[in-house]
Amino acid sequence: MSWRRFFRRKRADAELREELDFYLAEESVENTARGMTASEAERKAKIKLGNPQLVREAQWQQDTIPGLEKLGRDLTYAARTLVRTPGFSIIAIAVMALCIGAMTSVFTIVRSVLLRPLPFRDPGRLVMIYEHFRAPDQNQGSFNYNMVSPPDYYDWRTQTHGFQDMAAWRWWQFNLSGQRGELPEVITAAAATWNFFSLLGVQPALGRTFTETEDREDGDFVLLTWSVFQRRFEGAASIVGKQIHLDGKPYTVVGVLPKLFSYPDATVQVWVPYQSVFRPGGIRHRDYHQTYVIGRLRPGVSLASAISQVEAVQYRLHMQYLNLPVAEDVAPRTLIDDLAKDVKRPLAILMCAVACMLLIGCLNVANLLVARGAARQTEMAIRSALGAQRFALVRQQMAECMLICFTGGAAGVLLSLAATRWLASVWKNLPSAQSIHVDEVVLGFGCGLVFAAALLAGLLPAISSTGKAVPLQASSRTYGGSLSRTALRKTLLTIEIAVTVVLLIAAGLLLKSFLLLRTADIGCGSNDLLTMRYSLPAREYDNPEKVNAFNETLLEHLRAMPGVRSVALGSVLPGAGYGTDDVFTIPEYPPLKPGEEMPLALFRLGDPGYFSALQIPLLQGRFFTSRDRAGQPNKIIISRQLARQYFPGENPLGKHLHFTAYGTADYEIVGVVADTLWQAGEPAMATAYFPVLEWPRNVELSIAVRTASNPLAYSIPVQKQIAALDPGLPVSDVLTMDQIIGKSVVNASLSSTLVLAFAVLSLLLASVGLYGVLSYLMTQRRTEIGIRIALGAQRRELLRLMLFDGLQPALFGLGFGLVASAGATRAIASMLYGTKPLDAAVFGVAAAVLLLVAVVACIVPAWRASRLDPVQALRAE
Amino acid sequence: MAKREQPDAEMLKGTLDMMILRTLITGDAHGHTIAKVIERTSDDVLEVEQGSLYPALHRLEDRGLVSSYWGASENNRKAKFYRLTAAGKKQLARATSRWRQMRRAIGLVMGEESLADGGVE
Repeated sequence: MSWRRFFRRKRADAELREELDFYLAEESVENTARGMTASEAERKAKIKLGNPQLVREAQWQQDTIPGLEKLGRDLTYAARTLVRTPGFSIIAIAVMALCIGAMTSVFTIVRSVLLRPLPFRDPGRLVMIYEHFRAPDQNQGSFNYNMVSPPDYYDWRTQTHGFQDMAAWRWWQFNLSGQRGELPEVITAAAATWNFFSLLGVQPALGRTFTETEDREDGDFVLLTWSVFQRRFEGAASIVGKQIHLDGKPYTVVGVLPKLFSYPDATVQVWVPYQSVFRPGGIRHRDYHQTYVIGRLRPGVSLASAISQVEAVQYRLHMQYLNLPVAEDVAPRTLIDDLAKDVKRPLAILMCAVACMLLIGCLNVANLLVARGAARQTEMAIRSALGAQRFALVRQQMAECMLICFTGGAAGVLLSLAATRWLASVWKNLPSAQSIHVDEVVLGFGCGLVFAAALLAGLLPAISSTGKAVPLQASSRTYGGSLSRTALRKTLLTIEIAVTVVLLIAAGLLLKSFLLLRTADIGCGSNDLLTMRYSLPAREYDNPEKVNAFNETLLEHLRAMPGVRSVALGSVLPGAGYGTDDVFTIPEYPPLKPGEEMPLALFRLGDPGYFSALQIPLLQGRFFTSRDRAGQPNKIIISRQLARQYFPGENPLGKHLHFTAYGTADYEIVGVVADTLWQAGEPAMATAYFPVLEWPRNVELSIAVRTASNPLAYSIPVQKQIAALDPGLPVSDVLTMDQIIGKSVVNASLSSTLVLAFAVLSLLLASVGLYGVLSYLMTQRRTEIGIRIALGAQRRELLRLMLFDGLQPALFGLGFGLVASAGATRAIASMLYGTKPLDAAVFGVAAAVLLLVAVVACIVPAWRASRLDPVQALRAE
Repeated sequence: MAKREQPDAEMLKGTLDMMILRTLITGDAHGHTIAKVIERTSDDVLEVEQGSLYPALHRLEDRGLVSSYWGASENNRKAKFYRLTAAGKKQLARATSRWRQMRRAIGLVMGEESLADGGVE
């Protein structure tokens, strides 16, 4: 009601004026009728009406909301002041826009990734459960959480009662081929137990999920995800009940998953029953760890008590299978933490970096405002002398800052809309990247941020500039009274610089690790190397002879291609990921004592040309030959790390390794090769290479072609060679070796670049602050400097004096910043590679850069001060 | 001068709204008429100040007790007419009964039995 009145008061006033005019006219007419002369009648009418202005004012007052009116006046005044100094206003608004925009963007991502509930029923009760090895050397990085072996999962599910149910899933991969000549493609798949979807509370969009009887070793049933359903099957509901071909084998489509379902990530195209992807008996192997287990807590049962039951079961299993890699312990993790595992810390660091930048931005605006407040000392003095209350003065000063923050905030939120989209698209391993968007919570956060920033940046200068009753007289002469304000500015500046130093050092450390990571040698020559992967379907290639025939023919054809120098065929290439690992025993050694850790090695396949094509040096023994194949005594090549770890001070050649997972055979060590890394930035792991021609099973293979020139130009010719041998065989991941290595460092690059960008911006802000303070000091001391020069002070002396004044806060800030960094960098220690948190070079460079910037920011005003013409300076007074 | 008039205005203020509403019950009227009617009917005892009449009308309109429209006056001049709304009628009834209670109570206190007993109509 009153709002309507408030906004209509101009019109109401106009109406009132008309009404009053009418009153006057009417009264005059009546007076004339009483026999007065025209002028007398008008005069009497006016007397009767009284002062029309008062009537109007009374009504105006009545229509006004007092606070709003005052606020409006303050804002108008502030806007005028800001427009009068466009330089200051634009800088301040840009600073706020940048800071608030960056903060909002990072918060948007944090919210989507870490805070938004998952689209499952009661997601808070969903827990991932992993096996957990207690040995300290296992507890580094992600190996705290070990995948689960199938029999362990089944034992947990049947023998504990704390969970309503437990479901399991694992990654898989299929060749999806069409019946009507569609292109074959390699798709990422997952295999889940029949209860998986009901446990999550996911209803299929079409059809149904798996039944208990379908979850068996020959369960040829498939659930499509929404994306493959739309992309490959044109969204036709009639696909349910029909068959599709996966690895050449028909699978019956039982349903389609809803669009929102993108667990564990959006790459998964189809789901099949859990047991169907194991080879016969594989479901009983306790030494194969490939399964993820999700449990739903029973209502009223705490996580601790539910997990303690699982722990008890697991420890019993461990004691029962002492010579197998069965973990002693289990480790739970909430589903949302599990999804965010790799990005949680980078995000937290980014959040801190942006918060620091926002703090610096606020301090900077506060600093600029203090300077303006000082320039308006006289105005404040006059106003308070005329009876302005302190609150009114503070409010008026705050209005300016509010205006800056609101304008900046609005621009910042717009900025963040674009920035968020960009960030989500370049950050590769961000979970639920599809769902990142700005919503009302984010906007609310942005508004809150604006208010906080306005308070922080505005209150301090407002209070300081109105605090003391500045006598009018004092303000006519400069300096003197402004000492405490200078101290305030210097304090703000010191904080600003200290925060900048921390940011700079953190960014420096991240950047250094990134550079080290990028140039890290993963142990093989990566130039001019084209790679791609294929996997021969077991249905068509049902015996080792067929597999070998395909592989050998392909190698032969590729080696015959012009421009191809060498070709390697293996399972997982260096830098391309962890692949699988296996435990083994060494028959030459006494059997392991109970409870002793079993030796562990990465599992790799390689053909005779593998090592020379990848340029992995031979250290001892020999490479594989074409005679190392099925039917011959089993041979194996080990990495240097394996030799160092398990044959210390011995010659490993001629010794044997026994892998329980691969039957009864002992593998004779025929060679030792140099280490390669499974991922850049990770330590070298013991690795065992098996001859690919000897390997009896169909596994996914990688081919690496070393070419004479630009390797990507060879991708189509190489694919044609494969298609010539088997037109239905799709290839995947056509990449150069450099791209494979780059993939694993791209995220490190992103976070270090972002933090560096924030640090550089902060440095810029701090130097603007430094420059501002010094310029202000200079203006304040004009007269003093003039007198000094007139009395014969040397310009060099003056320069030194002014420089010292400016550098003082910089030096203090640097000191505090270095101390704070020593503590703060410990928090990012785990993100560093090859760099210590207290890296002297980084600390030194950061300090030097800061000092340099500080000197540059100080030198201009200092130089100007020393060039001052004393006559002018004194006359200006 | 202003000081001397203050108590009068103060006393009027609570009752002015009620009197305006009462005036309008006989038909729509513009500000000048309202003031004149109040003055005449009170035997020129009450003098309506324009300084409070117009804000009062504005207030009443805002509260939805009266509505207004522009029309032509008896002298064929453009004038703003006020009309009592249904809510205004209800409010008038409430204010009248409260006024009666008040007047009786004050009458009792002041020892004016006869006046307190007598009804006004």
